[in-house]
Amino acid sequence: MSVTTEPSSGPYAYLKAQSRWRVIEVAFWLCTLLPYFLFPNYLVLASQIAITALFALSLDLILGYAGIVSLGHAAFFGLGAYTAGIASKYGWGEPITGLFIGGAMAAAVGFATSFIIARFRHLTLIMITLGLGLLLHEAANSAHFLTGGADGLQGVKIWKIFGVFGFDLWGRTAYTYSLIVLFLGFLLARRITNSPFGLALRGIRENSVRMPAIGAPSRAHIRKIYTISAAMAGVAGALLAQTTETVALEVLSFQRSAETLIMLVLGGAGMLYGGLVGSAIFMIARDQFSGINPQYWYFWIGLLLVFVVMVLPNGILGGLKKLLSSWRGRS
Amino acid sequence: MQRILFGLAAAGLALSATPPANAQGSIKIGLIMPYSGQFADAATQMDNAIKLYVKQKGDTVAGRKIEFIRKDTGGIAPDVAKRLAQELVVRDNVDILAGFVLTPNALAAGDVSEQAKKFMVVMNAATSIITTKSQYMVRTSLTTPQVNEALGQWAATKGKVKKVYTMVSDFGPGLDAEGAFQRGFKEAGGEVIGQVKMPVANPDFSAFVQRAKDLNPESIYIWVPGGAQPPALGKALAERGIDPKKTTVMGQGEITDDAALKSMGDVALGIVTAFHYDPNHQSQMNKDFVKAYNAAYGRNPDFFSIGGWDGMHLIYEVLKKTGGKTDGQALVDAAKGMKWESPRGPISIDPQTRDIIQNVYIRRVEKVDGKIVNVEFDKVENVKDPVKARMK
Amino acid sequence: MIGPVIGVLFDGFAYGMLLFLLSVGLSVTLGMMNFVNLAHCAFAMLGAYVTVFLMNDLKWPFLATLPFAFLAAAFVSVLLERTLYRPLYRASDLDQVLLTIGLAFISVAVAAYIFGTILQPVQMPPYLRGSFNVMGVNFAVYRLFLIAVALIITLVLVLALEYTRFGAQVRAAVDNQRMARGLGINVDGAFAVTFALGSGLAGLGGALAIEIVGLDPSFAFIYLVYVLIVVSVGGLGSIGGSFIAASLIGISDVAGKYYVPEIGAFLIYLVMILLLMWRPAGLFGKR
Repeated sequence: MSVTTEPSSGPYAYLKAQSRWRVIEVAFWLCTLLPYFLFPNYLVLASQIAITALFALSLDLILGYAGIVSLGHAAFFGLGAYTAGIASKYGWGEPITGLFIGGAMAAAVGFATSFIIARFRHLTLIMITLGLGLLLHEAANSAHFLTGGADGLQGVKIWKIFGVFGFDLWGRTAYTYSLIVLFLGFLLARRITNSPFGLALRGIRENSVRMPAIGAPSRAHIRKIYTISAAMAGVAGALLAQTTETVALEVLSFQRSAETLIMLVLGGAGMLYGGLVGSAIFMIARDQFSGINPQYWYFWIGLLLVFVVMVLPNGILGGLKKLLSSWRGRS
Repeated sequence: MQRILFGLAAAGLALSATPPANAQGSIKIGLIMPYSGQFADAATQMDNAIKLYVKQKGDTVAGRKIEFIRKDTGGIAPDVAKRLAQELVVRDNVDILAGFVLTPNALAAGDVSEQAKKFMVVMNAATSIITTKSQYMVRTSLTTPQVNEALGQWAATKGKVKKVYTMVSDFGPGLDAEGAFQRGFKEAGGEVIGQVKMPVANPDFSAFVQRAKDLNPESIYIWVPGGAQPPALGKALAERGIDPKKTTVMGQGEITDDAALKSMGDVALGIVTAFHYDPNHQSQMNKDFVKAYNAAYGRNPDFFSIGGWDGMHLIYEVLKKTGGKTDGQALVDAAKGMKWESPRGPISIDPQTRDIIQNVYIRRVEKVDGKIVNVEFDKVENVKDPVKARMK
Repeated sequence: MIGPVIGVLFDGFAYGMLLFLLSVGLSVTLGMMNFVNLAHCAFAMLGAYVTVFLMNDLKWPFLATLPFAFLAAAFVSVLLERTLYRPLYRASDLDQVLLTIGLAFISVAVAAYIFGTILQPVQMPPYLRGSFNVMGVNFAVYRLFLIAVALIITLVLVLALEYTRFGAQVRAAVDNQRMARGLGINVDGAFAVTFALGSGLAGLGGALAIEIVGLDPSFAFIYLVYVLIVVSVGGLGSIGGSFIAASLIGISDVAGKYYVPEIGAFLIYLVMILLLMWRPAGLFGKR
């Protein structure tokens, strides 16, 4: 197929326009530096938000862009966490390579399971992902000689980053480390979604039956994005293991998968920033609510969710977008 | 849009404003517990006991006021527990870390206690190695091997049981308990004729009980986590025809706690358990404690409560001893070797391991005045944690 | 050994019947309106707490509380359906998930607030306690009762679906909603009634479950996973499918644990995954 598009129109121009950095995006990333100055006592929380945001971003890649609803994505998060943790327990505590090892392990398992995933849709797919996640959780529990079982992995000792930056009580190193990894992951996600591959994924999400009809190998695409998403989730898990030096079974749990799904949908799926915004809002709200009232914070979170759904369909960012476009449309 | 961001930043600034400077000299205690989620009841009971202690003894020790900051972990979440401990130390400047119902959370917070040199009181989590995580940590509850190894030894000797079939939940604490019990039992001359491990989330026990019944054992040892499982297992035993009066059924005390006994009813009669505390313990101090607890909260205290109660007692006593100094080393040194009479009986803190030494009571479920209760009929005195004792 | 196996299978079947009661409502509403109601087990929890309250505080006999468990759950579901659920029928799956999970969270907090976090103890009446011994195998009376109730309800549901006008409308709506609307069937009205019925049944199931699995505020979430498994394996919108799936899951779970306890925990998930891979729409699903 010969390409004769002029730069000012056509699919490549569209993609180019999408990938330009908007002012608000720059502002968002500058805001992530605020915690150092405004909330220096909250850096540990901030680092955990960054990690969860990276995990939510990985979920957005398959959910928001390819339409795969997964209730078991924590399997990859947990795989990355345990791999990095176990590696450090047996002598290799270097953090940055630890991330790669964790991500690679998650990617390998993701690739293997993607063959099953690509064949199903709707409720069947949801239940299969749920079942696979639960299976892995049980397996980790049984293999307590390796994982420490219900007590969690003991003996995780992470070396200093570049031999200089140790993980301190205030979480400064943890937050810087997590934030940089999040940003890099985000750049990757942005590159993927604003590419022909990304457009193909959106096509699959909208109408998976039609895509092969126009020549797009949808199953191969799904396998690719699933593997990439698994790798990203694995890196997020490895980050958690390294910054907290603990790994427990709950990193593989249904609760973690479900909560991240909620955070993503809260923020708005399919917009890249939805996972980041949703994670920040959910985790800050949870921290504040449970500080005020430890026993009943569930109530306020539930109320928040109901409110967001009734008033802001497509999540918070979706609602804001609609608001913005109607405001712009009027003026 | 920029204006909105600015507004958000300003709001953020307001939120981050440090809390009002504390009354000069108040001692802050950070309580980390699973106030919400599956284990919320344990936190409720522990917190109740803490509040009752403060109500009875006043909130001033060594001339300084006691202040609590409560943080919720939501369940088993060591990353959250560690973060909360860090925030309590760094942001709220607590002097003491306390609470800890669940082992993974206690282990994670132990790192913080060690790094920040903060006195830490574990009021429930029962895995042996926890106290090795930080030299500023003390425990006032129990350890699983302490109770179960004692039961194993007692069963094979005074309990006159020679063979046992063990059924435990297949996760950390259950395996700990199984190991401890079997070790104590075998060392005292008994024989384990079979065993089965049951999945943690297990609503239905019939299959496992049937496996036990197939071997027609002289006795059965069970360990399941507290909550809904003990009554379910107890009823399964009855449904499959295992009579505790003919086949000795043994286990750790939580399988016959108040809620379990109420649910099981007559089915529980005859079950033998070993534990460090029961609201039915016949001492004047305990009777007063149970009465006050009921008056305040409308229910009996349980082993979570006694861990919290004795934890608070320990904190008050060490503070009196150090004259209000909250330096981690001073507090833990004051705690080592401390002995006192608790509603559960006489207890002390082992100076070498900083863990609890207490009596393990052997009880049987009986009907007294129409009520089904645990009746203590024997005891093993001054039991130390055997795992750490062997580590020397 | 046949003897002990029969006892184990009996218990497994009874457990399956309990799952059936908890799941059948969700299966029908999901099949009919494609509305993902993850608050379903919260209705079950509501029915259970109603029973506990009536028995412990007002000293009602157990059997008398059951109709009220059903009605209370049905009533609350009608309220919620009118106000919160109806606007979301056309919304995306994810929005429905978010709403219903939010409601489930709220219900857990409310239950903890009103009843406390303690495990609720209930004593069954004497005629439901104990067990029969037939040829050396023990059959628990309560489980027999459970099976009887489930079978009666199944019969009533199936007869209603086959032989009443309303049942025909429901079947039509499940098969092809657009067509049914086109024929003038009031699908929204039929759905509202079905939803109330399904939630009521969940409430009844919850009340019956207390004796077997115990009740505390986390009930709303713990059983959600099992219910979802039954619904997806059975096939959306199919009562027979739910019945068979629930029985299958109950029995295979128990049998697996009896014969091969080492993989006991894995079996239920493996069975589900394999079954779904073989029949993606569930055993009796229509997609």
